[in-house]
Amino acid sequence: MDFTTLREDFPLIAGRPDLVYLDSAATSQKPKRVLEALDRYYKELNANVHRGAYRLSVAATEAYEEARRRLARFLNAEEREIIFVRNTTEAMNLVAYAWGLRNLKEGDEILVTEMEHHAGLVPWHLVAGLTGAKVKAIPLTEEGRLDLSALDALLTDRVKVVSLVHMSNVLGTINPVAEIARRAKAAGALVVVDGAQSAPHLPVDVKALGADFFALSGHKMLGPTGAGVLFGRYEVLEGMMPFLGGGEMIREVHVDRSTYAPPPQRFEAGTPPIAEAIALGEAAQYLMEIGMERVFAHDRALLDYALKRLAEVPDLKVYGPMGPDRGGVIPFTLGRLHAHDLATLLDGEGIAVRAGHHCAQPLHRKLGLAATARASFYLYNTFEEVDRFVEALLRIHTRYRAWL
Amino acid sequence: MGESMSVLDELYREIILKHYQSPKNFGVLPQATKVAGGMNPSCGDQVEVMVRLEGDTIADIRFQGQGCAISTASASMMTELVKGKKVAEALELSKKFQAMVVEGAPPDPALGDLLALQGVAKLPARVKCATLAWHALEEALR
Repeated sequence: MDFTTLREDFPLIAGRPDLVYLDSAATSQKPKRVLEALDRYYKELNANVHRGAYRLSVAATEAYEEARRRLARFLNAEEREIIFVRNTTEAMNLVAYAWGLRNLKEGDEILVTEMEHHAGLVPWHLVAGLTGAKVKAIPLTEEGRLDLSALDALLTDRVKVVSLVHMSNVLGTINPVAEIARRAKAAGALVVVDGAQSAPHLPVDVKALGADFFALSGHKMLGPTGAGVLFGRYEVLEGMMPFLGGGEMIREVHVDRSTYAPPPQRFEAGTPPIAEAIALGEAAQYLMEIGMERVFAHDRALLDYALKRLAEVPDLKVYGPMGPDRGGVIPFTLGRLHAHDLATLLDGEGIAVRAGHHCAQPLHRKLGLAATARASFYLYNTFEEVDRFVEALLRIHTRYRAWL
Repeated sequence: MGESMSVLDELYREIILKHYQSPKNFGVLPQATKVAGGMNPSCGDQVEVMVRLEGDTIADIRFQGQGCAISTASASMMTELVKGKKVAEALELSKKFQAMVVEGAPPDPALGDLLALQGVAKLPARVKCATLAWHALEEALR
């Protein structure tokens, strides 16, 4: 696999040589194969799933279930443990409501971390408000890692669930989930992993991680918007009540009561995002063909090169851990220039980066920052693009020296 | 790219810089009679506008908060422009400023230094930065 010719697979990237897209942590670009899978479904397979009285519906169901098998392989899970949802946010809400609301009570604790995305915090706040459970957090070290020395003291027998992000969307920190999961389980807690950033960029094995739940968004891993996955360990799913009720998720319905289908259908109420799930299956297949180890190695090579070259830019400050436990995400600030102004000026140079608090206000508060600009890499980015990024920063530094 | 660079050059110039680095009327207004806050949850920018009214005249005005160059300069220039004006005049200026940056309406000379923010109309992602303090002002005067 040659990472430079791979750019041709991405129509938006190939068609915009003027653009340096460094915002894949927000959403990824899509390869032709994924777009064709969407198109093919509507042109050749369009029928509802799981009610096939006719061959077209059977074919649509088969394509949808093949996507489930692909995602199961992608995560090293069983097919029946893969639930299609809209995105990570919906997956986290499903866990908080379908598991948390029924299993948490006053006095219980939900242990999160200071580097959570809001999707890993707000659903727990909502459920804590309804159950009387409390949310507390594993603190961050100054380098932007989890302070595990605090873990034993935090993991009391009141902690019923540990919910943490696998890879930070702001700092790129890759958390030692397997170790934390082992300690959480020893303390009797359930383990929920927000994999929105890790699934697209690292090899993920949910069994090796020891996750009871693992959530991902398809659109960050080359798939379309509107389809994501919640992996749930089957023994846990089996004991749970549904999140949403409606068609497709039932066994038997009476006017006054109903019983429910086994997982995963129990958690897929209504017509699912069929085309999007099939296209997400194609995205997972594309990534597996390249190999996730190589995807991560490419991100890392770009990150290492970028960190080295960014040191040439005066007044530039980069955040996040500098060890191997980090993916291709770089939060940065330039002198006293506000992150939004910096992103606007970079946009003027054809460089697309995000600015703001990246849906992680507690983390920014901890770092004492109002906002950061963020560059993030993916498999279609190149070393030459890193050069263009650094040179644009150098030009901005020269032109707006008075602002710094 | 060429065009957007000239928009940026026009926007990010001396007068904006001056207001960003040393904002006017910045800080707490102890005798404020009206206070309103504004916040942009997507970027974390926040502003608080404090007004002391005497009758229907804005006798004094200050703001505090944190934000980017565009939101800070807009707030700073706004306080300079509306201080001493009648409430109705201030609301009229607010309408004119927002017409300029939101709809790209021809700039009204009455906006004075704020004309420097004209280019924001060509940067849809930044319009909210420019209008943040003005929305707070309108709320405080309402």
